[in-house]
Amino acid sequence: MRIQGWIRGPVGLWFIGCKMNKTGQNDSKFFSNILDIIFKFTVILLRFLHFSLRQTKRQQALILITASLLGCYHKPHNDPYHTEDATANIYYGAYSSAPKTLDPAKAYTTDEAQFVSLVYETPLQYQYLTRPWALEPLLATRMPEVVYKDAQGNVTSDPRLAKCSEYTIHIQPGVYYQPHPAFARSQQGGYLYWPLSADAAQAYQQISDFKYTATREVTAEDFVYEIKRLASPAVQSPIYGLMSEHIQGLSTLREEIEQSRSVDLRAYPFAGATVIDKYTYRIDLKDPYPQFIYWLAMSFFAPYPWEADQFYQNPGFADRNLSIDWVPIGTGPYEFVRNNPNQSLQLIRNTNFHGEKVPAGLAARPGKHIPYIDRIEFYLEKEAIPTWNKFLQGYYDQSGIASDTFDQAISYNAQRQPIVSPKLQKKGITLQISTSPTIFYLGFNQLDPVVGGSSAAAQKLRQALSIAVDMNEYIKLFLNGRGEVAQSPLPPGIFGARTGQAGIDPVIFQWQNNQIKRRPLSDAQKLLSEAGYPNGIDVKTGRPLALTLSIMSESNIDEGTLYAWFRQQFAKLNIELNIDSTTYSRFQDKLQNGSTQLFFSGWIADYPDPENFLFLLYGPNAKVEHNGENVANYNNAQFDAWYQAMARMPNGPERQALIDKMVQQVQEDAPWIWGFYPVSYQLSHAWVLDSYANPLMSNTLKYMRILPEIRYQARVAWNPISKWPIILIVLGLFIFIVVAVFAYRKINQRRVSIL
Amino acid sequence: MLAYVIKRILYAIPVILVVNLITFLLYFKLNSPDDMARLQLGNKHVTTAAIQDWKKEHGYDKPIFYNFHASALHHLTDTLFFEKSLKMLVFDFGQSDANRNISNDLKMRMGPSLAIALPSFILGIIVNVSVALSMVLFRETWIERSMVLLCLIIMSISTLFYIIFGQFIVAKWWHWVPLSGYSPGWSQFKFVILPILIAIISSLGADARWYRAIFLEEANKEYVQLAKAKGLSSMQILLHHVLPNGALPILTGVVVLIPSLFLGSLLLESFFGIPGLGSYTMDAILQQDFAIVRVMVYLGTVLYILGLILTDLAYTYADPRIRLE
Repeated sequence: MRIQGWIRGPVGLWFIGCKMNKTGQNDSKFFSNILDIIFKFTVILLRFLHFSLRQTKRQQALILITASLLGCYHKPHNDPYHTEDATANIYYGAYSSAPKTLDPAKAYTTDEAQFVSLVYETPLQYQYLTRPWALEPLLATRMPEVVYKDAQGNVTSDPRLAKCSEYTIHIQPGVYYQPHPAFARSQQGGYLYWPLSADAAQAYQQISDFKYTATREVTAEDFVYEIKRLASPAVQSPIYGLMSEHIQGLSTLREEIEQSRSVDLRAYPFAGATVIDKYTYRIDLKDPYPQFIYWLAMSFFAPYPWEADQFYQNPGFADRNLSIDWVPIGTGPYEFVRNNPNQSLQLIRNTNFHGEKVPAGLAARPGKHIPYIDRIEFYLEKEAIPTWNKFLQGYYDQSGIASDTFDQAISYNAQRQPIVSPKLQKKGITLQISTSPTIFYLGFNQLDPVVGGSSAAAQKLRQALSIAVDMNEYIKLFLNGRGEVAQSPLPPGIFGARTGQAGIDPVIFQWQNNQIKRRPLSDAQKLLSEAGYPNGIDVKTGRPLALTLSIMSESNIDEGTLYAWFRQQFAKLNIELNIDSTTYSRFQDKLQNGSTQLFFSGWIADYPDPENFLFLLYGPNAKVEHNGENVANYNNAQFDAWYQAMARMPNGPERQALIDKMVQQVQEDAPWIWGFYPVSYQLSHAWVLDSYANPLMSNTLKYMRILPEIRYQARVAWNPISKWPIILIVLGLFIFIVVAVFAYRKINQRRVSIL
Repeated sequence: MLAYVIKRILYAIPVILVVNLITFLLYFKLNSPDDMARLQLGNKHVTTAAIQDWKKEHGYDKPIFYNFHASALHHLTDTLFFEKSLKMLVFDFGQSDANRNISNDLKMRMGPSLAIALPSFILGIIVNVSVALSMVLFRETWIERSMVLLCLIIMSISTLFYIIFGQFIVAKWWHWVPLSGYSPGWSQFKFVILPILIAIISSLGADARWYRAIFLEEANKEYVQLAKAKGLSSMQILLHHVLPNGALPILTGVVVLIPSLFLGSLLLESFFGIPGLGSYTMDAILQQDFAIVRVMVYLGTVLYILGLILTDLAYTYADPRIRLE
């Protein structure tokens, strides 16, 4: 089937004219003239073959391959895509790591979110261009109605007084799932494709084998069903543990599912989510958790049709990867047409997509509807070099920048601001820079007798080390400057994070001439001496202070240089640093057991609220005691009390004041050496329009546009075939044959042959 | 011969069992089920209960070799070793840690691997034998010395260099073929041509020198002198006498590789984006999906043993004097 399409395209282009590659700048005129003659003869010969002889498909393909190799049609030879797609409205992207699942209840990593968010829709989403980040309804008709209730069940407007909360969500009518065989029914009304016998199921090897598809409208019950799936042991949702602390009855539901193991989760009663009417449902939380609203913008709360579970339950389907992990059923702007995560993932417009209004700040396109791009093709590219070169050749529309290619891609202007290098500017490539709501840091295990605890000596030791470890240098050396030195746990863009002079950590930095400056090393030495380690010598033992940094071994960094740099930083204070490089699993074990001293870690925000960062230092979240995310096991009663109040407050001056106090407290206690907030650079070709970085939003492709004609012209111009090597190779072969013949004759003329 | 083959297959069973046991012990010693669960669940909001649940759901909560709580035969069958290791013996590979069916993935990836491995193998032998014969033909001339030097240079350079250099020159600079990618059907030609060329060139040095040594040994034998005395040309002697007689030792090294072709090439497939079994293994190692790694090690063992049996059979075909008993 594929071969016919493959042939038709090139044949069409082939007869349009064989004038390709006039842009070969390195070719001499002489060679070009000779090659033109050869090509003209080849064209005549191939045309003759094409018309005059009856050929099989294989022969046709062979002729086209020959034509292709000799440059007889105008598509670039190194174009990895199908010829007929040369000017199609397709977005081409690359991914370096295959997603582990596309199930909305399981997908949690960035690798997975970029695909899942194109297929599934959530009640809410982040506004595309608004900063600081703000939510807006997506499948919901309006923002959820949140009701807080006190211990007596009375409604209260203040979450701080509340005991529990309710979220009532109204969803849009007229939203339909993508066409899928799970919904297909026979004329008698029964489902066509489930349940199937083992023999009948054998006929279906992939989703395209099903002749009939259908759809149905999304109802409130589908949202409730998905919340129930979070509790299912068969699903293994990564947020079950967290959500069971908040959603009423989720843990009870899990126990019930575990006991009876029914596939249809509709059968289980559930106190945590209730269908009010066809288009309204309510989620009941055990506590006032104002940040819950952000979870409604994540795929865990997307609608899920119960029919999917029945359909994928057919015998043998899981063995053929026919499961919700790999064949999603969503309502989003796109649906999968090709789903081989080991090679490529291809999506087309969902024909049942309900539409979406143009986001504020983007111009409407008369006669066009979101999504603007017809097809999206992602290809697995595990190596950075081919990915980068294909981007430069115009075969990928956007690209990040690997460390190896950073100097090729980025230059600096007079103000030392990063800009696209002149070479890339010539190609019309543009740069987008965005700071991620993420932090990386060096944590002090507060349970460690040397660096941990609330004693003045330990605090001063931590402060001294915070001054000595120069994260600015780290960013320059290991991140090509793509980072911002952290001053607190709160990255920029998160409510409560302060900038400029008000935002600096006064223990480590000072404000001089309108600039942030690290305190001198003498300050660190003084603090170290006051901590009981003058010049790095422990006064109690008389021996030099030695510390151990636990770090997760990663294959993609130059570990030797990194470790040497860390040792160098500690050596500034005459402290010996041992590096404990370990695997991911061992590292997690050590954090769990509290057997680290210092460790390198990080946090990517779930949502843009200060609670999602400050909870990393909240005592009841301590890793060792409570198995939480406070891996430093920091415990400060005052901080915890402020945290509890802050977590339930709406954004405003009162909350800001409380956050300021909390930040000041941890800056003094220094449970982490504030590391850095990573800054991401993204390059886009000139034909990519309306692309704006939004680190919290994965489905921005639905707003983007592509100018395929311009891309096509660029590809042709940037990828001229070099003809001179053909001449060289032919010449080389000729010389080789001549020499071989002469040498052979000479050998045969010997009186005594070697053989 | 049939009896011999059956005997070899029976001999292979304990070997496979021991390899299976060692692989199982190594992987479960180095990577406990808790570690696997952590890797799959990610590093956010992972609780001890979540780890226990993952283990239970993926069957990693069972005892390793003997289940005291089970009854009758289930003492042995309701165990990790039986479920995760012994089932592999009958090619029941189950699901990967990331919930994909391994047998299905193997089927899908075998084709792309063979698309590179098979042409590289066949063309590689043709080119290597041709170069080796040429070196023998032009023995003790500047041509032979140049070719030996070239072979030495080729074999001294890492395959990785050929890959990066090949991509840079042929795909990036000359724009002849795509830098990476794969497409099934006839259009795969443009994707696999460069990896095949690189595979042939990178193996040329060592293999051609080895074949040359074999052919030279043959060239010194008496029957070659007799052929020469009969007035045969050097080319005739080489092609009709030296080549058939030298083929026997070449078979030893070549036939054993045939079954392993299914396993693909780790480096070539990763750099050229070929979704074959080589990149499957590489991905599994990087993502620490030990269910896949165990299967690939097991398949490697089975195919290697199969290769050895095939080599023995090939001997009888190539040399009628050899009888397998």
